[in-house]
Amino acid sequence: MPILELAEALARHVRDGQSVAMEGFTHLIPFAAGHELIRQRRKDLHLIRMTPDLIYDQMIGAGCARALTFSWGGNPGVGSLHRLRDAVENGWPAPLEIVEHSHAGMAAAYTAGASHLPFGMLRGYIGTDLAKRNPSIRSVTCPYTGEELASVPALSPDVTILHAQKADRQGNVLLRGIVGAQKEAALAAKVLVITVEEIADGLDAPMNAIVLPHWVVTAIACVPGGAFPSYAQGYYSRDNAFYLAWDEIARDRDSFTAWIDRHVRGTRDHAGFLRSIGVTEA
Amino acid sequence: MTDLEAFTPDEMMTVAAARLLWNGCVCFVGIGLPSAAANLARHTHAPDIVLIYESGTVGTRPDVLPLSIGDGELADTATAIVPLPEVFAYWLQGGRIDVGFLGAAQIDRFGNLNSTVIGSYERPRVRLPGGGGAPEISAHARQVFVVLKQSPRTFVPALDFCSSAGFLTGGGARARSGAPGAGPQVIITDFGVLKPEAGSDELQFVARYEHTTVEQAVNATGWPLNVADRVDVVAPPGEDELRILRDLHERTRLAHSSPVRLRLRREAP
Repeated sequence: MPILELAEALARHVRDGQSVAMEGFTHLIPFAAGHELIRQRRKDLHLIRMTPDLIYDQMIGAGCARALTFSWGGNPGVGSLHRLRDAVENGWPAPLEIVEHSHAGMAAAYTAGASHLPFGMLRGYIGTDLAKRNPSIRSVTCPYTGEELASVPALSPDVTILHAQKADRQGNVLLRGIVGAQKEAALAAKVLVITVEEIADGLDAPMNAIVLPHWVVTAIACVPGGAFPSYAQGYYSRDNAFYLAWDEIARDRDSFTAWIDRHVRGTRDHAGFLRSIGVTEA
Repeated sequence: MTDLEAFTPDEMMTVAAARLLWNGCVCFVGIGLPSAAANLARHTHAPDIVLIYESGTVGTRPDVLPLSIGDGELADTATAIVPLPEVFAYWLQGGRIDVGFLGAAQIDRFGNLNSTVIGSYERPRVRLPGGGGAPEISAHARQVFVVLKQSPRTFVPALDFCSSAGFLTGGGARARSGAPGAGPQVIITDFGVLKPEAGSDELQFVARYEHTTVEQAVNATGWPLNVADRVDVVAPPGEDELRILRDLHERTRLAHSSPVRLRLRREAP
C-alpha cells in the first residue's frame, strides 16, 4: 500500500473506459481526485455514484464520462446539476448513457458487490417506472415465503476512490461522520485509492469506527482539503455558499468551461485549485 | 405584530405541514420544505419528534436547516449516524418510520409522484434529479405526507414518469402491490389539503386556507378535482409559528451565505 502523490496514484490506477465509483454521501466527496482526473483528461469513464453532486457535474461537463450509474442527480437543496442535464437532454459534450436506481437499490447493489454476491435484494421499486427503464432491475421469488422481491446486479467498480479523514503510516484509513456507502463501495472495488486529510502516527480510532485496513487499500495520497467544497467532519465544513454559487457557474456551457479551464485545468494540483478560488488561509 | 399578519404561501404550507407531525413521531425527512416543516414542529409542539435524514443521521436536532441532506450540522446533532445501506434496509425497510415527508415535480389523482423527468425518459425536456430515497420511502413509511404547489403543470392527469408509488391505479391497487405502508395520506398545497377518499383512493380536496377558495384549487388541478362535501378551513399561521419559522430561515440564510475558509495543515508523509 504505497503513499503516493495524487497525480501519480491516479495515473497509475485509473484508465480510460473503466468503471469508477467516487463515493461520499454529501460528506467526504473526493473532489481533489475528480479534478485530477479532469486534468489528466481521462475519458469514456463509467462513473458510479449515488448522488453525482458537483464532482460528477464537473467531470461530465469536462468530457470524462460515457456512462453514469446513479440514484439522485441534483445539486442538494439548490436544484439541477446543469452539466448532467445538458448531457442527458442535449448530448453535450457527449451523449451520456444512464443507469438509474433508487438510493435503496444502489445501496443494495454495493453491498452485494462487497459481499461477492451476484445481486442485491430489496423490497423496492414497487409500482415505479424505474424497473421499466432500467432492465437490470429485476425480481426474485423468496424460496421461503414466495414473496417477489426486487433484485439489482452487484456493483463491482474497476476502481473506487474515496476521501477520508486520516491514514496512519501503515496505510490504515479512518472514516467518521456521515459514511454513506463508502465501506461497501471500497470493498466492492478491484482497486481502491483513498485521499486523506492527514497522515498520522496512529488513527486513535474508536473501537467500532469504520477503518479500512491497509491491505484492502491500493494507494493513498495525502490531500488536505481534498473534499472541498464538500466537507470533512472535524476538519472543515461544507461550503454551502459554493454549492449555491455553482448553480450560476454551471448553468451556461461557456461559463462552466471557463471555470474548469481556470481553476482545474489551469492549476497544477489541489493546493493550487484551493488558492485559485481563494478559500485557503495563509 | 403587523409584520406577522402577512405570510407567504410557502409559510402557510410549512405551518400546515408542521401541524400534522406529533410529538414522538419518527419522521423520515426530505430536504427543502419538508425539512423546514419537521424542524418547525420540533421547535413548537413536537420537541421529541425523531428526525431521520437519508444520509443516516438518526434523531438529529439541527439548529439551522441543512442545505443538503448530509450537512455536518445533521451529523453533529444526531443521536446516531448509521451507514447508508443500513438506513434504507434496517430503518426504512425495517418498518421503523411513522411518516415519510416528500416533495415532487408532478402528482396524479392517485398520489403517484414524478421527480424524474418531464417529457420522455430517453429524450427528456427536463431531466429532474430522480427518485433518490423516495421510491422506498413511499413504499415503507407507515404514511406519507406530500408537499407541493398546485398548478395544472404539477397536478397532472398522467405522470410523465412514476418515481414513487401512491395508490397506483386506485381502488385498492396499492394494497395489492405489496407496498407495506399506507401511502400518501395528506397532500399539502398552496391552496389547501387533499386526502385519499376511502374506497376509490382518489385524492379529495378537504380543506382550504382562509385566503384561498375551492374554485382556485379546482382551476389549479389538471383533472376534474374531487371536492369533499364539507371543505374545512385551515387556521392561518399563528404568531409563534411564524416567528419561529422566520428565525429558523434567517439563521439558515446567515449560515449558508458565509463561505468556508480552509486552514490546512501541511503534513509530510
